[in-house]
Amino acid sequence: MAFWLSKSRSISSLLGKRIGLLTILHERNKGSFLHSRRDGVFRYKNSPEFSTKSATFSATGQRFKSSKTGEQVELPSSDEDDDENQAVDFPGGRVAFTSRMNFTSESSGKRIPCFRVLDDNGYPIAGSIFEQVNKEVAVRMYSGMVTLQIMDTILYETQRQGRISFYLTSTGEEAINLASAAALSPDDVVLPQYREPGVLLWRGFTLQEFANQCFGNKADYGKGRQMPIHYGSQKHNYFTVSSPIATQLPQAAGVAYSLKMDKKDACVVTYMGDGGTSEGDFHAALNFAAVTEVPVIFICRNNGWAISTPITEQFRSDGVVVRGQAYGIRSIRVDGNDALAVYNSVRTARQTAINEQRPILIEALTYRVGHHSTSDDSTKYRAVDEIEHWKTAQNPVSRFRKWVQGNGWWTDEDESEFRSNIRKQLMEAIQLAARKEKPPIANLFTDVYEENPPNLVEQERSLGETIKKHPQDYPSDVPL
Amino acid sequence: MFGIISHKLVASTAGGSPGQPILRAAVLAMMSNYSTATKQIMVREALNSALDEEMAADPTVFLMGEEVGEYEGAYKVSKGLLRKYGPQRVVDTPITEAIDHIINSAAKTNYMSAGNINVPIVFRGPNGPAAGVGAQHSQCYAAWYSSCPGLKVLAPYSSEDARGLLKTAIRDPDPVVFLENELLYGESFPVSDEVLDSSFCLPIGKAKIEKEGKDVTITAFSRMVGYALKAAEILEKEDLEAEVINLRSIRPLDRSLINNSVRKTNRLVTVEEGFPQHGVGAEICASVVEENFNYLDAPVERISGADAPMPYAANLERLALPQVEDVVRAARRACYRSVPTATTA
Repeated sequence: MAFWLSKSRSISSLLGKRIGLLTILHERNKGSFLHSRRDGVFRYKNSPEFSTKSATFSATGQRFKSSKTGEQVELPSSDEDDDENQAVDFPGGRVAFTSRMNFTSESSGKRIPCFRVLDDNGYPIAGSIFEQVNKEVAVRMYSGMVTLQIMDTILYETQRQGRISFYLTSTGEEAINLASAAALSPDDVVLPQYREPGVLLWRGFTLQEFANQCFGNKADYGKGRQMPIHYGSQKHNYFTVSSPIATQLPQAAGVAYSLKMDKKDACVVTYMGDGGTSEGDFHAALNFAAVTEVPVIFICRNNGWAISTPITEQFRSDGVVVRGQAYGIRSIRVDGNDALAVYNSVRTARQTAINEQRPILIEALTYRVGHHSTSDDSTKYRAVDEIEHWKTAQNPVSRFRKWVQGNGWWTDEDESEFRSNIRKQLMEAIQLAARKEKPPIANLFTDVYEENPPNLVEQERSLGETIKKHPQDYPSDVPL
Repeated sequence: MFGIISHKLVASTAGGSPGQPILRAAVLAMMSNYSTATKQIMVREALNSALDEEMAADPTVFLMGEEVGEYEGAYKVSKGLLRKYGPQRVVDTPITEAIDHIINSAAKTNYMSAGNINVPIVFRGPNGPAAGVGAQHSQCYAAWYSSCPGLKVLAPYSSEDARGLLKTAIRDPDPVVFLENELLYGESFPVSDEVLDSSFCLPIGKAKIEKEGKDVTITAFSRMVGYALKAAEILEKEDLEAEVINLRSIRPLDRSLINNSVRKTNRLVTVEEGFPQHGVGAEICASVVEENFNYLDAPVERISGADAPMPYAANLERLALPQVEDVVRAARRACYRSVPTATTA
């Protein structure tokens, strides 16, 4: 495929032929506007002939609220840089020459440091600057984390008992779930991977609603169409979970584009795991988000494991945070088990994303304490004491509890009362969900298209007749 | 290489899918032959005018893809649109090519989200062989897309098809794959005033009888419609009247029109450029055999591209694609006018 330059299109359509790369290599000269156009050299900031905005050569060719790309890669200028031999205006901006052949190292040597504000014991680290959360938010965050823990334990067991077909826990990642959710506004659109039910919990999804989806009953908002944990809720601005990895990422860039078009005071937040960053969709999503300049926050839950693939076999970069810069995206690495650090970074990311209309990448380091799902036994590929360590010494829930209790906002009595309440509520919700009717068979055929096509109308009618004729072959508790 | 036209996804309103255009009274062309046509327009002009009119009528329609803006479309189909509607509505994007999102996301999202997330998008671009572009630029994907519930798949032939089907596709709330043909972009077809009217729409799921006949039914779509019509001319000289059906819509397939035709002619030839196994013709044959077995007076005939990646050399490419003579021979075989030759294994 011929090299195609983003700005040269209008030139080439004038010339009626493609411009090869070599014809554009040309030293900067102070020739006339027309002369430089024919050579296909594109000046950016320093050109006297035109400013960046007219670099597209047509009045309507301006990028939608484009930033001055030339400036972004502009090097700090000095008089020496004006020397013709030291810099050239390649497409994409001026770049200085060097006579020393120097391969940039595959690693910067020093890993990007990880932002945290609470130490392992829940004490604010001396000298750390962060936005405090008030009692109401802190208690709500903490109780959400506890609820998520209990939900995971009990629903996991429910699968083990054969009452639901599948479940996946977020154990160890409660802080990422609740703290990121708390930092957002209800208008922010969430596109989850699948390990973020805590975000939905924060927004008001009830235990009953979670249970209904897992049991696929009549009250399931998903109409019984998807396996457990594939929650979705339009009223909570939470896109329905879709199983394939990382497909939500380019979709998130698109949703953010629609927010930008509507000039909404909101952003998109989308989540992925460490494994998801190996997918092609991750790269396309970040690139598109950066080029279209949209308000989307990409949160990577780097929990160390992609089913049985450890980090060391997933990538060779310094984790995920360094990838942001490759796409021109501002990024941060944060301690995912520090609820306050997560809260702060997502708050700031949100403000930046909306005010500056740009994507942000957050790598939240954490650990997947549970198995990948109920279809996995992680003791087969990792050490039991590794799991234990992260379950106890690095538990994000107990760490935040120490901070909340330290402020006098929670007590041990509150803890045991709350836990037993939630357990009771959840058990009741599960009983109710299990007993509730299954969705009607008509749901098999609806929503394939906006309107049922004739073949599905016919199939539904024919199925109805067959059931009437042979009722003994069909479950009696499933309505038509 | 597909340009994407889409209503913007409006995320957060309760109930319904806001942002849908109010469907104006559409003039559905049910005519089976051209009325007295005074104007000729090229398929690319027809597509361009359809895009233009739909974007003018509904401010939530926008176009995005590689080359669609500044370059005015890789095949100039979106000429003038950037200038007219601005970069907010005609968006040049970086490249990323993946069929997964069409099949796994677009086709299934409305169903999986229980109707909460609808996908009113049109994926449009050239499909199938061009001329001398080799294996990775010649495949016909009609059969692939048409096997997916949740998608609608259209394949225009003439300028009238291009205009009417594209306008309907843009207005349709479901994801539509719109398969154009590179070699047809520059072909001109006569169009009536009705076709040129801005409310002209063709219904999805309805095929068109391009030429009536009584001896054999030939189904085709896209460029092969032209080949089928040429074959019909040749057959007429042998006193065989072929009925040529322009499918227009591959999914949903107009099974009733096809079956009605075979009940009349009793013989079927399907034509397509795609690979033979599991092709569009296979589905048509299955439908006809299932519905009208007793009406068939001859085995069904399928004409398709060769079961090999498309070669580049011009002589080989010609052999790998259906030619008019292949259609003629198949029709003769179906009418027992020639000894059936063994088709490729």
